[in-house]
Amino acid sequence: MGDYHHGPAKGLSRWLFTTNHKDIGTMYLWFSFAMFILGGSFAMVIRAELFEPGMQLVDPAFFNQMTTLHGLVMVFGAIMPSFVGLANWLIPMMIGAPDMALPRMNNWSFWILPPTFLVLASTLFMEGGAPAFGWTFYAPLSTTYAPPSVTFFIFSIHVLGLSSIMGSINIIATVMNMRAPGMTYMKMPLFVWTWLITAFLLVAVMPVLAGAVTMMLMDIHFGTSFFSAAGGGDPVLFQHVFWFFGHPEVYIIILPAFGVISQVIPAFSRKPLFGYASMVYATASIAFLSFIVWAHHMFTVGMPVAGELFFMYATMLIAVPTGVKVFNWVTTMWRGALTFETPMLFAIGFLILFTIGGFTGLMLAIAPADFQYHDSYFVVAHFHYVMVAGAVFSMSAGIYFWLPKWCGRMYNEAMGKTHFWISFIGFNLAFFPQHFVGLAGMPRRIPDYALQFADFNMMSSIGAFIYGASQILFLYNVIATIVAGKPVSDEKVWDGAEGLEWTLPTPAPYHTFETPPLVK
Amino acid sequence: MSFQAKRLCKLTLGPVLMLTSALVLAAGGETSQVNMSPGVTEVGKNIYDLHMIILGICTVIGLGVFGVMFYSIIYHRKSRGVAPATFHESTAVEIAWTVVPFLILILMAVPATSTLLQIYDNDDADLDILVTGYQWKWKYEYINENGENVSFFSNLKTAQGEIHNLEAKGEHYLLEVDEPLVIPVDKKVRFLVTANDVIHSWWVPALAVKKDAIPGFINETWARVEQTGVYRGQCAELCGTNHGFMPIVVNVVDQSEFDQWLGEKEKDAAAVKKLMAQNFTLDELMARGKSVYARNCQACHGANGEGGVGKAIAGSPIATGDLATHMDVVIHGVPGTAMQAFGGQLNDVDMAAVLTYQRSAFGNNMGDKVQPIDVFNHKKG
Ligand code: HEC
Ligand code: HEM
Ligand SMILES: [Cu+2]
Ligand SMILES: [Cu+2]
Repeated sequence: MGDYHHGPAKGLSRWLFTTNHKDIGTMYLWFSFAMFILGGSFAMVIRAELFEPGMQLVDPAFFNQMTTLHGLVMVFGAIMPSFVGLANWLIPMMIGAPDMALPRMNNWSFWILPPTFLVLASTLFMEGGAPAFGWTFYAPLSTTYAPPSVTFFIFSIHVLGLSSIMGSINIIATVMNMRAPGMTYMKMPLFVWTWLITAFLLVAVMPVLAGAVTMMLMDIHFGTSFFSAAGGGDPVLFQHVFWFFGHPEVYIIILPAFGVISQVIPAFSRKPLFGYASMVYATASIAFLSFIVWAHHMFTVGMPVAGELFFMYATMLIAVPTGVKVFNWVTTMWRGALTFETPMLFAIGFLILFTIGGFTGLMLAIAPADFQYHDSYFVVAHFHYVMVAGAVFSMSAGIYFWLPKWCGRMYNEAMGKTHFWISFIGFNLAFFPQHFVGLAGMPRRIPDYALQFADFNMMSSIGAFIYGASQILFLYNVIATIVAGKPVSDEKVWDGAEGLEWTLPTPAPYHTFETPPLVK
Repeated sequence: MSFQAKRLCKLTLGPVLMLTSALVLAAGGETSQVNMSPGVTEVGKNIYDLHMIILGICTVIGLGVFGVMFYSIIYHRKSRGVAPATFHESTAVEIAWTVVPFLILILMAVPATSTLLQIYDNDDADLDILVTGYQWKWKYEYINENGENVSFFSNLKTAQGEIHNLEAKGEHYLLEVDEPLVIPVDKKVRFLVTANDVIHSWWVPALAVKKDAIPGFINETWARVEQTGVYRGQCAELCGTNHGFMPIVVNVVDQSEFDQWLGEKEKDAAAVKKLMAQNFTLDELMARGKSVYARNCQACHGANGEGGVGKAIAGSPIATGDLATHMDVVIHGVPGTAMQAFGGQLNDVDMAAVLTYQRSAFGNNMGDKVQPIDVFNHKKG
């Protein structure tokens, strides 16, 4: 280590052996984008099949493989790693640290991901096909009745969990130990706060998921009957275990997105975030509540009425801190001096659409009404409003917001805005009508449907194709920026941006904050 | 057009486009329903009311929030030369918007709780029906305390040709069955819901009933339908390949009509019992076997025995081999595959017929007859 101020190594080894948080962040982001495209292409197959009534392109078995892999790839391959990538890039720069606390583990937690998804994708070519039991893989469909490839699926989930846990430990260690002098907890940017809380959620629930798939493995290969009633087990136990992971998981996905929005809106409102402290407390209470609402996914399994009531009340309660966040963002914009560059457009898009998703969430929380909504397209609409218009829109906002800082080049604003508008229109065209068909009685996860659902499904498919196509524009814009964007050298890039990362030179050098800044 | 106006147009373009297209379609095709229907039960109406109340609350709050936001977007833009304010907290406001939603939710919880309790009141039913989910059909069994239970399977009736776009699709495409569930109007009918293999979910929107069918467990739910008619639903829980193809049809009739129907079913059951003792000709067995095959086997083994989810029957070593092995496969199924045990699903007459059919159709030419008594003896071991 003679020369401490070395730059990146050359060639492939730079990426294979890197322990640099920026390199690792970059790899996470590119990897998650690749998975976004892969999962997106599965979605295109689904929407193409559903374009019209009747079976046209694929058979029902393959259709189920598509819905399953689409969900798994999007949740575990696209959304989660993308926010880990953002965390890698930004957390050290936001808290004034030179790197992540555990850089070698950081390298490892990224590099186990690509082979894992290779394994998962390869199940498509195995005998009996890929897993076809939905991303929620309910037993016994995923055990006694599963294709042989389920064992590879279980292995993938184990490794993904490992990667997430390592990533979270790293984030916790970094935030707790490596803040610059003066950077107290209540001065941390909200993105850091939301990630810290998310990391704790991950450490708490990924082992539960590992437990669920291990029990599946035992049932399939070692003769146990955790989930098989014939052997004295209980299929509903699977759902309890899964959703004890699964509900916090949806907040794992959305909390970092909240963090991004809480950085972007103040910057383009040129006004400090309203209610910083209440944002932190709201995030913490959402995280806490997320552990006691899991059975709202199971209102129809036949729980005792007391359980039903408990989970209904607890779920309704989550709407309160979620509301606080939305009110805070809107009040941040109130009497600001707003401009509408691409990141802000995506943030406003997020704000509108996530709120709609929150409302439908509140509707789903009403247990008696959920008897009609559950497992219908209404639920599909709900979670795409929170996951796509929530997590993915905020990711787009974040990329446009920080990309100039990272590479010292400005993206093409007109193209960015076009990307936003096409996404926004395509997304709503795809998912708003799904509320209608769901309420009219269309179940989810079906490859073909009755004639009365035809019009809205066609709209939905058209919208989905538009949304899908708009991502190509995004890819093009990002590459064009990195290769030939207009250079920016202003440290702040955006006149309203606040925070330590904006005090660094643009583009951000390979090593930053080798001597910690002093935060006043 | 001023700059703001242009801006506003742009900003509203998306939602407006979307809404108008939705409305045009909704108005144009009268078939496109956009809201939940109150259905034909009191529970259904209560659920519908809950749905409309919570939707109303959300709409009002949403209009408020988006109203404030759009006001800012229009009037607090930098291009108007405004200087940004610097306030960043207000304890009073923050407490207010925590407490007020909380109170609204408590108000909402009251009717939700009472409807839930109503749904959970499973007592004092006039009629009990055991509903069992199979991959991929429903079995209905009328529990009769002083006699034999009447039971039957309810399969998708839609032709494969309609599904594969070879013929025109009928009005009730995918929502039609060979034998609907029949229940009396204005009676409290209790459904005991379970499953034979994986989890299914019995959902009829008009009855406001959705209950998961879980192997090894029996869930209870009920409906008192206020209007005669035919109501349609589908399996709501992913249950494997043909999850999209196991509809539910409920025919709600007057009590007298119901009694008559049930009486006939009981007679039919008695008739089948008699047939069990009978010997059939090859032609009789083949004719009956063909229809049994079409109803129960074709979905997996293909209309011409060419296979699909299941192995090919044409030229199958099992169907053209030892009869006892063939019987074993069909009666007990092949564990761990989609090939279920049909022993409990088909009566001995139908079983004999379909076995005979498979052995001599699709180019298989075993030519042997399987009689109901053979099936009976084989089952006994
Ligand atoms: C849900 C799909 C499904 C249905 C419905 C179904 N089968 Fe099968 N069947 C299968 C599968 C899958 C196999 C292959 C099992 C294996 O791997 O050995 C099979 C195998 C068989 C075989 C053995 C064929 C061979 O060459 O190994 C026979 C005979 C058979 N089925 C008869 C029937 C009859 C008779 C019916 C209707 C009463 C029926 N099946 C309905 C899925 C089905
Ligand atoms: C106000 C906050 C929210 C509430 C009250 C809420 C409530 C619910 C309820 C009750 C269900 C179960 C519906 C059913 O299956 O019948 C559900 C489903 C779902 N929600 Fe939410 N939700 C909220 C926010 C979110 C967020 C932020 C996300 C993720 C970013 C999310 C993702 C999902 C997903 C993925 C499902 C469906 C899972 C599946 O069955 O595949 N929700 N939500
Ligand atoms: Cu949940
Ligand atoms: Cu099903």
